Amino acid sequence: MKVRLKVWRQSNPGTPGAFEEHETPDINPNMSFLEMLDVVNEDLASKGQEPIAFDHDCREGICGTCSLVIDGKPHGPHQGVATCQTYMRSFSDGDMITVEPFRAAPFPIIRDLVVDRKAFDRIMQAGGFISVRTGNAPDANAIPVPKIAADLAMDAAQCIGCGACVAACKNASAMLFVSAKVSHLGLLPQGQPERQRRVLAMVEAMDKEGFGACTVTGSCEAVCPKEISLDFISRMNRDYGRSLLQGEPGRKAGASDEA
Amino acid sequence: MKFITRLWGSSLGKKYLMALSGIALWFFVIGHLLGNLQVFLGPDKINTYAAFLKSQPGLLWGARLGLLAMVALHVSSAISLTNLNRNARPQPYGHPRAPFGSSYASRTMMMSGLIVAAFIIYHLLHYTVQTPAVNLTGVDFSEYQEAVGTTTRHDVYRMIIIGFRHPLVSLFYIVAVGLLSLHLSHGLSSMFQSLGITRWSKTGRDCLARTAGLITFVGYASIPVAVLLGLGKEVVK
Amino acid sequence: MAQLNSNIPAGPLAQKWENHKFSSKLINPANKRKYKVIVVGAGLAGSSASATLAELGYQVENFVFHDSPRRAHSIAAQGGVNAAKNYQNDGDSVRRLFYDTIKGGDFRSREANVHRLAEVSVNIIDQCTAQGVPFAREYGGMLDNRSFGGAQVSRTFYARGQTGQQLLLGAYSALCRQIGLGSVKSHTHSEMLDLVVVDGHAKGIIVRNLRTGEVTRHAADAVVLATGGYGNVFNLSTYARGSNTTAIWRAYKRGACFANPCYTQIHPTCIPVSGDYQSKLTLMSESLRNDGRIWAPKNKGDRRSPQEIPEEERDYYLERKYPSFGNLAPRDIASRAAKQVCDEGRGVGESGLGVYLDFSDAIARLGEDKIRERYGNLFSIYREITNEDAYKTPMRIYPAVHYTMGGLWVDYNLMSNLPGLFVLGEANFSDHGANRLGASALMQGLADGYFVLPATIATYLALQDTGKRPKTEHPAFKDAELNTMADIKRMLDCKGGRTPAAFHKQLGKIMWEYCGMARSEAGLKKALQLLPQLREEYSKDLRVTGSTSTLNQSLEQAGRVVDFIELGELLCRDALAREESCGGHFREEHQEDGECKRDDDRFAHVAAWEYTGAGQTPVRNVEPLVYEEVKMATRSYK
Repeated sequence: MKVRLKVWRQSNPGTPGAFEEHETPDINPNMSFLEMLDVVNEDLASKGQEPIAFDHDCREGICGTCSLVIDGKPHGPHQGVATCQTYMRSFSDGDMITVEPFRAAPFPIIRDLVVDRKAFDRIMQAGGFISVRTGNAPDANAIPVPKIAADLAMDAAQCIGCGACVAACKNASAMLFVSAKVSHLGLLPQGQPERQRRVLAMVEAMDKEGFGACTVTGSCEAVCPKEISLDFISRMNRDYGRSLLQGEPGRKAGASDEA
Repeated sequence: MKFITRLWGSSLGKKYLMALSGIALWFFVIGHLLGNLQVFLGPDKINTYAAFLKSQPGLLWGARLGLLAMVALHVSSAISLTNLNRNARPQPYGHPRAPFGSSYASRTMMMSGLIVAAFIIYHLLHYTVQTPAVNLTGVDFSEYQEAVGTTTRHDVYRMIIIGFRHPLVSLFYIVAVGLLSLHLSHGLSSMFQSLGITRWSKTGRDCLARTAGLITFVGYASIPVAVLLGLGKEVVK
Repeated sequence: MAQLNSNIPAGPLAQKWENHKFSSKLINPANKRKYKVIVVGAGLAGSSASATLAELGYQVENFVFHDSPRRAHSIAAQGGVNAAKNYQNDGDSVRRLFYDTIKGGDFRSREANVHRLAEVSVNIIDQCTAQGVPFAREYGGMLDNRSFGGAQVSRTFYARGQTGQQLLLGAYSALCRQIGLGSVKSHTHSEMLDLVVVDGHAKGIIVRNLRTGEVTRHAADAVVLATGGYGNVFNLSTYARGSNTTAIWRAYKRGACFANPCYTQIHPTCIPVSGDYQSKLTLMSESLRNDGRIWAPKNKGDRRSPQEIPEEERDYYLERKYPSFGNLAPRDIASRAAKQVCDEGRGVGESGLGVYLDFSDAIARLGEDKIRERYGNLFSIYREITNEDAYKTPMRIYPAVHYTMGGLWVDYNLMSNLPGLFVLGEANFSDHGANRLGASALMQGLADGYFVLPATIATYLALQDTGKRPKTEHPAFKDAELNTMADIKRMLDCKGGRTPAAFHKQLGKIMWEYCGMARSEAGLKKALQLLPQLREEYSKDLRVTGSTSTLNQSLEQAGRVVDFIELGELLCRDALAREESCGGHFREEHQEDGECKRDDDRFAHVAAWEYTGAGQTPVRNVEPLVYEEVKMATRSYK
C-alpha cells in the first residue's frame, strides 16, 4: 500500500513552518506508523532531501518519547496506544494522512515534529516526589498499603509523560498529567506528609509554564495511551482546594492533623 | 493573603470561583423558575408573589446585588481563563480535530455563555426595567396595573402573557433557555469536577447535569410555549 | 597491558561488603561540596546514582541524550525486580539469591560482587516502596511476589507489567527532587561523545547538544557512565532505538577495558520478526512463562493452525527437557531450545521462526479474567502488533537480543581500570556472568546507583585534590573536542550513497547470522572479515544529510552506528577467543547434548579487552575468577 502524508516541516524553533506533502514508497500494512516514517526518511535521504525529524525511542509504548498528531488526534486513531503502537493497517491505501507536532505554548517546536516537553520535568521538580533519602527507608512491609489504594495509585502512576493530554485539550491544559502524579503519590501512605505541599507546588509550577485550564471536556482521557482517568483531575482539585483552605502546612500549632 | 493570591492567581482557584459562582447562579435559575411557574396558577398567585418581592426592598436588592456579584465573578473568571487557554495554544492545528471524547456543550461553553449573557440583558430590559422599546408590542409594561382593594399592584401576569404573545420574543426566549440548559448540562457536571466532588461516577454526574439542564429547559420553555398555545387568553384579551 | 585489580575485600564472603564499607574512606560534609561528579545516563543506575550522590552533598551534573531523564530504556522492563526478602516464606535468603544468580550466570561472574548484589537487593525494595513505587499488593496490604526464570522461589516484586517504568519513575522523582534543590544540574539532549583523560585519570567529557549542535567541555573529579548496554549492535533487538554504545565505546578507546563483550542475552519470549522493514522487536515479559506453556508441533513442517494440532502431536519441549524448571528454565536455555526446534523445521508462523506460548490450560484453570488481570497489558500489546487474540490462539514467540552482560571492566568499587571512571548498571560487566536471570537487571541497576557507588566513590575522591581539578582549558579537553568536531565534519562531508540506517541494518544481519544464538569458529572468522570491510565502506560511502547546527537525527545515528560496527568486531573477536560455551555464549564446537559445555580450566576468567589504536588488534587481558565459597558446577535445570 501507499499513503500520502501532509506533514509539518519546520527547520528550527525560530523560523515559521509549513505543511509539505509526500507520497510514501510502497509500505507494508504491518509496519508501525514510525516504521513507515523510517521508510519515508530513507527515501528522502536517497533523494538528497532532509529526513523528517520525529521523536521516538522505545517503540513499545512505554517511554513516552513519541508524539505526533495524526489526522487531528494525538497518537493516531486507536484508543489506549501511543503512536509507536499504531500500525499502518489502520489506514487504507491512498489515504491522505496529516501529521503535525503536539501544539502548545509550553511545548515549543524544536524541529519538524519534535517538540520540547521539558515543562513536564520542571513541574515534577517542583514537587513530584516523596522526600526520602537513600538508605532511610523502613522495611517495605512495615506500612501496609490496601490493595485498592495500591492499584489506584498504579492506575495513575502509569502515565508515560508523553503530553498527548496537552496536545488533545482544546485549552492545552496539563491537568491530566499533573493530577496523575499528584494522585499517585497522594493515594499512598508514604506520600501523605508532603501531600499538601506537593499539590500546591506542582499546580503553581504548572500554571507558571503557561498551560491552559481544565474545562472538563474529557479529550485528554480519550487520547491518553494509558487511559488515565479524568477522576484523578477531580481528586487533584479536591486536594488543592483542601490545601488552600488549610493554608501553609505546618505553620499553625492549632491546625488540623490531617495532611 | 496567600489564600486570595492562590485562589485568583491559580488556574484551579479560578475554576473554583467559576464553579461556586455557577452554583449560586444555578440556584437563582431554579428559584426564578419556581417563581415563574406560578403563572400557571393564575394571575392572583403570581401577582401576589411579585408584590411580595417588591415589598421587601432589602431582600430584593440584596439578592440583586448578590447575583450581580456572582455574574461578575463568573464572567471575569471566564474571561481570564479563556485568555489563559488561548495563550496556551497560539498556533492552531492544521487538520480539523475530531472531538474525541468531548461533548458539544463542553466545547461551546464560551459561546453559550455569551449568548445567554446577551439574553439576560435583553430579558432585564424586557421584564425588569420594562423598556417599551424592546418588547416589540409598543406598550409600556409598567402601565399594567391591577386594583387590589384600595391600592393597585403591578399586573405581572398580564405582562408575561402579552410579552410572550409576540412569537419573535418567545423564540428568542426559548433559544436562550435552550442554550442556558446546554451550558448547565456541562457546567453542573464540570462544577463537581472542579470542586473535586467525586461522590458519583463521572457518568452519573454527567447524567445528573444533563437531567438538570433538561428540567430547566422544559420548565422555562413551557411558559412561552403555553402562552403561544393560548394560556391566559380568557383573562388577558 | 592494563592493570586489572579487582580489589575484592578480604574476609568471608558474607562479610566482605560490610568490611569494605567500613574500611572505605569518608569525606566530611563540608568537603563533599567541593567535589564534582559527572553522571552520564539517567536510567535506573544513572538516576539513582545522581540523586544519591547529590543527597550526600556532592555537586552532580547529569547528562542524557533524551529530552528528559525519564525516557531511559530501563522504563521498558516489564516483569519485575528480584529481592531476597523471603516474604513468601518459601525458603529464600540472601545466600539463595546469590547462588541462583551466580549459577544463572554460568559461573562466570565475580562471587563477591554477586553476593553484594543479593545483600542490597532487600534495601532496594524498601527504598523504592518509600519513594512511592506502587508495587503489587495482596489484600492484606503486604507486597505480592511472582516467580521468574531460573529460580524455584517467588522473589520477584512487580508493578503490573510495568515494573521498570515504576522503578525508573521512582529514581527519576528522587533525581527531580535534587534538580529542584539545585544539587543536580541536569543536561538533556546532551550526548557524550568523548571521555577526557588527564594524566591517566578520567576528568571530564565532551558533549554535543543535540538541539543546537554545540560541542562543549565538562570537567569533574570523577566521571560515572550509566549508559546501558550495546544490544543494538544486532540492529533488531528489544532495546530502544536510541540505546547506543557510544559513551562506553569512546571510553574504551580512551583506555578503559571492555570485558566479555561476547556475553549477550537472547530473550526467549519476543514477538517474531514480521518483515525486513522492522525497526524493533517487542518483548513479551518472562512472567508469561509462569502461566503459559511453550510448545511446538512434534512433526516437521506441520502447517496446521494450533487448535487443529492434537495434544499428542505437541511437544512441550521445555517441560520435556527440563522437568524441574519446565517453562521457567533460564533465558539462554529457553532461547536455544526454541532455536533448536526451529532449526529442526518445527517452527511455526509464516517464517517458521517461532514457537507457541499457550495460555489455554491456564485460562481453563484460572479463568480468562484472572489471566487478564495478570497479563492484560501484554496481551493487548501482542494484539496491537500481531492483530491476533492470545486469549483465543496461542502467542507466537521467538528469541531476540535483549541484554548484554558484557561491558566496561570494573573492580569491586565499580571503577574501571581508568582511575576516576566509574561504570554502573548494564554498561559494566560485573554481576551477571555469562547470562542474566530475569528480574535481575533492575536489581543491579538500582543496587549500583543507590547503594554501591555512593559508598565506594569516596575512596577515589578522597585522594583527589579538588583545587587541582583540570580546567576545561587543559590541552586534553581541547584535543578531545577537536577530535569530536573532526569526526562530525568527516561524517557530514562524506556525501556517499548509504544512510546510517542502511549500515546499521547490514551490521545487524552480519552479527545475528555469525554471532547470534549459536557461534562457530568459521562463522566468527567470516564476521571478522566482513566487519572491517563494513567499517571501510562506512568511511567512504556514508550519507548524512543536513547540518550540525540544528537537530539532526541522521547525524546522531551516524555517530552511533560507527561505534556499533567497531564494537561488533570486538564482540566477534571475544566470541572467537572464548573457546567454550557458557550462558548466552554458545559455541557450536563446545556442547554436550545441545547444552553448554564450559571449560573451567582454560576460561574461568574475565576477558578484558584493551584498545591499542585504530586498526590494531586489541589486547586480551585476563582477570581470573577466584571462587572462595562456591564450587563451579555444571549448570543443570533438569
